Amino acid sequence: MRRYVTRQLVQLVVVIIGISLLAFTILHVLGDPVLLLLPQNAGKEEFERYRRLLGLDQPLYVQYWKFASRAVLGDFGKSWYADTPAFRLVLERMPPTIYLTLAGLFVALLIALPLGILSALKRHSWVDSLCTAVAVAGQATPLFWLGIMLIIVFAVRLRALPASGYGTWQHFLLPSFCLGAALAPITMRLVRSGLIEVMNMEFIKTARAKGVGERMVVVKHAFRNACIPVITVLGLQFGQLLGGAIITETVFAWPGVATLTVESIRNQDFPVVQCAVILLALVIVTANLIVDLIVGLIDPRIRAGA
Amino acid sequence: MTAVSAGRETDLVGVPEARAESAERGATLRRLLRLRWGLAAAGVLLLIVAGAVLAPWVSPHDPLAVNIRHRLAPPAWMEGGAVQHVLGTDQVGRDLLSRMIYGGRVSLVVGVAAVLISATIGVLLGLGAGYFGGRTDWAIMTLVNVMLTFPFVLLALAVIAVLGASLANMIIVLGVAGWPIYARVIRAETMAIREREFVLAGRALGMSHARIIFRQILPNLVSAIVVIATLQVAQVIILESFLSFLGLGIQPPTPAWGNMLGEGRVYMLNSWWIATFPGSAIFVTTLVINLMGNALRDWLDPHMKL
Repeated sequence: MRRYVTRQLVQLVVVIIGISLLAFTILHVLGDPVLLLLPQNAGKEEFERYRRLLGLDQPLYVQYWKFASRAVLGDFGKSWYADTPAFRLVLERMPPTIYLTLAGLFVALLIALPLGILSALKRHSWVDSLCTAVAVAGQATPLFWLGIMLIIVFAVRLRALPASGYGTWQHFLLPSFCLGAALAPITMRLVRSGLIEVMNMEFIKTARAKGVGERMVVVKHAFRNACIPVITVLGLQFGQLLGGAIITETVFAWPGVATLTVESIRNQDFPVVQCAVILLALVIVTANLIVDLIVGLIDPRIRAGA
Repeated sequence: MTAVSAGRETDLVGVPEARAESAERGATLRRLLRLRWGLAAAGVLLLIVAGAVLAPWVSPHDPLAVNIRHRLAPPAWMEGGAVQHVLGTDQVGRDLLSRMIYGGRVSLVVGVAAVLISATIGVLLGLGAGYFGGRTDWAIMTLVNVMLTFPFVLLALAVIAVLGASLANMIIVLGVAGWPIYARVIRAETMAIREREFVLAGRALGMSHARIIFRQILPNLVSAIVVIATLQVAQVIILESFLSFLGLGIQPPTPAWGNMLGEGRVYMLNSWWIATFPGSAIFVTTLVINLMGNALRDWLDPHMKL
């Protein structure tokens, strides 16, 4: 187990370095911060002065080193717009994003687990076909459009739920349902295929031959084993889930990191964008690590192999 | 999709089903049925493509023609609707149907162009990683992991923030961000093919690496590439419309489904149709592309694990 954990940690560090390089490249190589900071009619000397002031005249690897060594300490520079440290701005907005992501995951499982199990056990029945059809339609539905439709129906027409905002549990309902509904189809298909595969294995036949009741076979023997691929893929999808949360936030004006990022892009506030991108990536990588460790804990085969 | 947009890989995760002998006939029947669905989907897609190509001739009005007196007219079948505006008009009286027909151009062009870019990059890197193995493989796969950890949406947002919003930038961003999925699948397939006899024979005959890769291995991967590319077009269309929806993609007044949806959101309190119809256009297009992709997979290789 220790070797497995070490290997995962090394991989984590490599990925984080890669992400910081990516975020650095996007701002410093593709764009020119000075060009964005100064007014267009600024003189040539002014540009040069600012460039030296910000250390942009130094070689790129020196700049990256400076950026990275500050970023490790949580210093991403001041926001150009709000004059507060970018790190603090982003950190303040992190909890709503994480709550939304978790709520969305919960809703997705709430929909996907029962339907996936049902369609695996009643394979090729009308229930199975219906679930598949809904899943195919669900995968083609743009998340942000679903959000708007939910707002039109539940907030505008029925006036039952708030259309946007944050604070009470009612505010959670529409966004988390929206996000969960987007994640549910893939989860359902995973549960279904995982369970079908396990149900065909020898140990299920053995259990049945021993006279274990069908309910026990499904719950105790099959479901536990079917969980492994589901957890693995859900872990890998965490980044996509967070990506979905980003989209959901912008539709429901959720005060999370994503709305902050979009605002900052509109204001051309790059320290904040950079910080948000890196911190979100950090959350994803940590989540992936936790999932890997959990899977390694349940399934010794993965620990040994891989 | 990913949602989805929530998961751009959503359609590509394998659904391995152990087929029992008795289920073989049912499976064949289902496959035929899905092929028929695929054909129907291809028909609808052809209609959408034809509409986009022939937009100047088939659209009833100029998509940019403003008519304030007819602003916010509901669809023809509702009270107050007019026959000349079948789907109603938007906030400045532009004909919605015409704008939707023209909007298809943007989505299809971006979808196809971005997928061509990402398929080219992804296939080349995947072939390299799978064929050469060792350090090349490690470097490429680390890059793939970094990119997959990063939510697609976030990456696109960050790059657009720096480069600025335009059609060309969006194609580049979506094209460059989308390659890892190809690389991963192609790498795995290449590794399997590399050990086959005909490749070993080629090597024994003294063929160059390039010849083995492009003449012997690549032709075997065409069906996998076609299937992923088809499914990815749908994902890219959803993402493009999201960026346009945020105002970071195609700029108004040029009609694109995404920015129509974004503009319509403001008016959803009284005029639901402005946001609803462009969203349905995205939904239908991605749905038929997904159905076609699935049918294509079944037709080309029913055992393909994508």
